[in-house]
Amino acid sequence: MRIPLSYILKRMGFLVAVLFTAATINFLIPKLAPRDPVQELINQKIASGGLTSEGAAEFRDSLRKLYGLDRPLWQQYLTYIWNTMRFDLGYSITNYPLRVDFIIGQTVFWTLGFVGVSTILAFLIGTVVGALVGWSKTSKWFSWLMPPLAAFSAVPAFIIALVLIYFLAFKLKAFPLRGGFSATIVKDWSSMEFLLDVAHHAILPGLSMLLVSIGGWSLGMRSMMVTVEGADYITFAEAKGLKGSRIFFRYALRNTLLPQVTSLAMSLGLIVSGSALVETMFSYPGIGNRLGGAIAALDYPVIYGIVFFMVVGIAVATLLVDLLYPFLDPRISYSGG
Amino acid sequence: MQRGQGFRGFLNYIRRNPAFGGGLLLLLLLLLFATVAGLFVPKDGAYPLATMPKQAPSAEHPFGTDSVGRDLLPTLIYGTRMTLSIGMIAGCIGLGVGTVLGFMTGYFGGLFDTIVKFLVDVLMTIPSFLLLITIASSVPNPENMSILQMALILSLVSWVQPTRAIRAQVLSMRERAFVMMAKLSGMSGMEIIIKELMPNLMPYLAISLAGAVNGGVLGSLGLQTLGIGNLREPSLGMTIYWLRYYNAFLQGYWWWIIEPVIVIAAIFIAFLLLSIGLDEFANPRTRRTV
Repeated sequence: MRIPLSYILKRMGFLVAVLFTAATINFLIPKLAPRDPVQELINQKIASGGLTSEGAAEFRDSLRKLYGLDRPLWQQYLTYIWNTMRFDLGYSITNYPLRVDFIIGQTVFWTLGFVGVSTILAFLIGTVVGALVGWSKTSKWFSWLMPPLAAFSAVPAFIIALVLIYFLAFKLKAFPLRGGFSATIVKDWSSMEFLLDVAHHAILPGLSMLLVSIGGWSLGMRSMMVTVEGADYITFAEAKGLKGSRIFFRYALRNTLLPQVTSLAMSLGLIVSGSALVETMFSYPGIGNRLGGAIAALDYPVIYGIVFFMVVGIAVATLLVDLLYPFLDPRISYSGG
Repeated sequence: MQRGQGFRGFLNYIRRNPAFGGGLLLLLLLLLFATVAGLFVPKDGAYPLATMPKQAPSAEHPFGTDSVGRDLLPTLIYGTRMTLSIGMIAGCIGLGVGTVLGFMTGYFGGLFDTIVKFLVDVLMTIPSFLLLITIASSVPNPENMSILQMALILSLVSWVQPTRAIRAQVLSMRERAFVMMAKLSGMSGMEIIIKELMPNLMPYLAISLAGAVNGGVLGSLGLQTLGIGNLREPSLGMTIYWLRYYNAFLQGYWWWIIEPVIVIAAIFIAFLLLSIGLDEFANPRTRRTV
């Protein structure tokens, strides 16, 4: 299977456009907002007695020079874009010597862990449930699953998280209330005990994401299944006398999986923003909770840096799915597209 | 399709489309809760130190109180009102902009269409909630943000989905026979849009509106839960922010947790049912979703 080079180039161009837009928004928004961070810092210094009003003017000039604010706007913009594209996202304000990319590196694997596992599980469970409900030869009892699943899919994950924390963690004490691992345990990634503890802490955040996403997958799968069931090749397979299970798995399921993969790419953004709020609810040590902390502390480089990083992640993942698509479905060709 | 007359016809339709009726009823109940109930419960109770803190539900405080002395009944009444208002303003602006852009680009095409479509594609890839975080966290004095300011910020992203959906519908409808007929009879482009396309797209506009309002509510809820926006005036997001801030879980204040969850879940389920019902109205031939 080959993908025309022109298509790959077009998609790459789109990726660059998305990243460019995200970086431009990060640059423009603070400039448009009627506030002067340098003046705010100076006011803070004066208020705390660390600066006299005579020294303030000199301090302002040196700060403006340091941040390049004395240069024309277009130069500032180009510098910003250049730095962002090299992933030089600057320094955190509240944890000063720490760089934003370091903070991202510290937290991102926690998020990838529970969000990745719960998304894959939700995709598999939701697809199977939707297929069983949509296939008319399965038990009617399956269709009773749909209303509750649909209801769960409408409610945001962090609201589900509140309920889970209250009943499963606080009332039943079956799971920890918060955090990514116990405070009493030695943080050692090679010890089984620590890994089990991490898994134990990840279950509730993962379950919140899982409950919310299953509904979407099964709804999509069900309607696809209904469409496919009416297709001629299914009738033909039945006429040939093939076994029901073979028709279900080899004929129907295979053909309905592809739109599901497209929706997976489309919903990555929702999954990422949903997980940020879920992490905040659990004070989970992932990137979303770090974003929440940065918002509380008005640590702008960290806010903009994490948002940009998430946009990059989603855009790249979407691109990968798009490029993988023809491998999954030989019917798709990108000629002329 | 056979249509009844007036209210009886409406009831007959609801019987065939229960999701629509259920969603409408649930939304109506929420609106009643947010408006009529407010006539009997003064707003003063929705602020800190209004009453005794940490009270479980009782005859005096049917919904209980939180740990700084807000009475949760008025907090939820006025909070629902605030959050729904934000969502509706943002949703209406989003639908308005989306309708204009969708019709202009879908019907007339051209360079403008290319630019808008590209912008929409880019903004569909960037999660709107992340954009909202960037924008809303940069606003000066977010703690004094008014309903309108919050709604305006949300409407910066709420036009994207409607534009996309309406443009697609207009594109498919532009080639239909009745539009051709209108063109042949000498109607201008604007006339065709208003007299021919608009009425046929009404159900789709309603679906887009429900989606945009839903998105506005979700966005404001998420932002406030993260602590962006007005955390003093009662709203549903504010309630979630403070119950987390004061660790309502560790103290076991079940009423403080469960009540806003029920109201929020009711809002989103109402919009889900409405959009399912409207979808069935728009495409009566497709199979029921739920």
